Amino acid sequence: MSTFDTIPKTKQEALVETLLRLADDRLILGHRISEWAGHGPELEEDLALANIALDMIGHASALYTYAAELEGKADEDHYAYFRDDIDFKNIALCELPRGDFAFTIARIFLFSTFSYFLYQKLIDIVEDEQFNGMLQKHFKEIKYHLRHSREWVLRLGDGTDESHQRAQDAFNEIWMYTGELFNLDEVDQVAIQKNLFVDTLDFREEWEKLVVDTLEEATLNVPDMEQYMFSGSRQGRHTEHLGRLLAEMQFLRRSYPDAEWK
Amino acid sequence: MTKNSSENTEWPLWEVFYQPKDGKPFEHAGSVHAPDAELALQNARDTYARRNEGIAFWVVPSDQIVASSPEDQGPFFDPANDKPYRHPQFYSVPRAVKKRK
Repeated sequence: MSTFDTIPKTKQEALVETLLRLADDRLILGHRISEWAGHGPELEEDLALANIALDMIGHASALYTYAAELEGKADEDHYAYFRDDIDFKNIALCELPRGDFAFTIARIFLFSTFSYFLYQKLIDIVEDEQFNGMLQKHFKEIKYHLRHSREWVLRLGDGTDESHQRAQDAFNEIWMYTGELFNLDEVDQVAIQKNLFVDTLDFREEWEKLVVDTLEEATLNVPDMEQYMFSGSRQGRHTEHLGRLLAEMQFLRRSYPDAEWK
Repeated sequence: MTKNSSENTEWPLWEVFYQPKDGKPFEHAGSVHAPDAELALQNARDTYARRNEGIAFWVVPSDQIVASSPEDQGPFFDPANDKPYRHPQFYSVPRAVKKRK
């Protein structure tokens, strides 16, 4: 399936859709984080961010490869390079511009805490061996992303006046994009029925507790949980930022489809 | 271009040691900059654990390492030069011991 508005019928269609949703989040966020390469605040943190970006792109690559196998596409590049923004199923949180270091850390932290609980629950219920194997392998890296970003939230929040303010601004700005983490649509409902996805509301409280505890420890205010939340990205209604990201990411592969690494 | 130390905004330096396998001695990997111990461990991980190098890390503030100076090389190390009998290989293994193997 390549269009966003088709409800999967078979188990295989539901699996492909689930793989692509997970992969798109990770490819787009991985690409955003990769924009730090060479610009990190310190050499060591430059490496750390590049590692995290590579991990996420690696997770996406594995998930796409499996989807390509199931759908009979040539390889994972089909999904990364030859789809337009309307066909990407990532949430807006992943596509927002790079931002400053505090914003980068806030985003990795919120996304990794979510991934941590999601993968933990998925590993328990997913019967498909290949999919479950990927989840288990990637879960180890997610734990590290969570640890690294959490430690930085604590240090920025409880650091200097400037780092505190930047961290607070980052969480305030990004908060309206966290609603999509927990939005479930019909596609997800089919996947849940087929034991390929979990009801994310089941771990929403655990997620909130970890986030709130961390923000409080970091002396940061928790943004208003009841505020307006952005939605619609999973159905292809993206922010203006995704198109520009794809233009940069896809241009070479589309302009020179036969290009090879030499 | 001279900077005195009070203007130095660089993070402190940490020496990183890794253990290649269970029971093996820790080896020096290199150094990282980090604001504190937890981030020194994480920076060690991101800098020196990318190719399956080992199973454990030590990080030690570099200014806590006490080093011998180059002038110490003579008195510290030269006396061992002509004392090959300090190496186990200096001794031939008695036949009786060899047999028992």
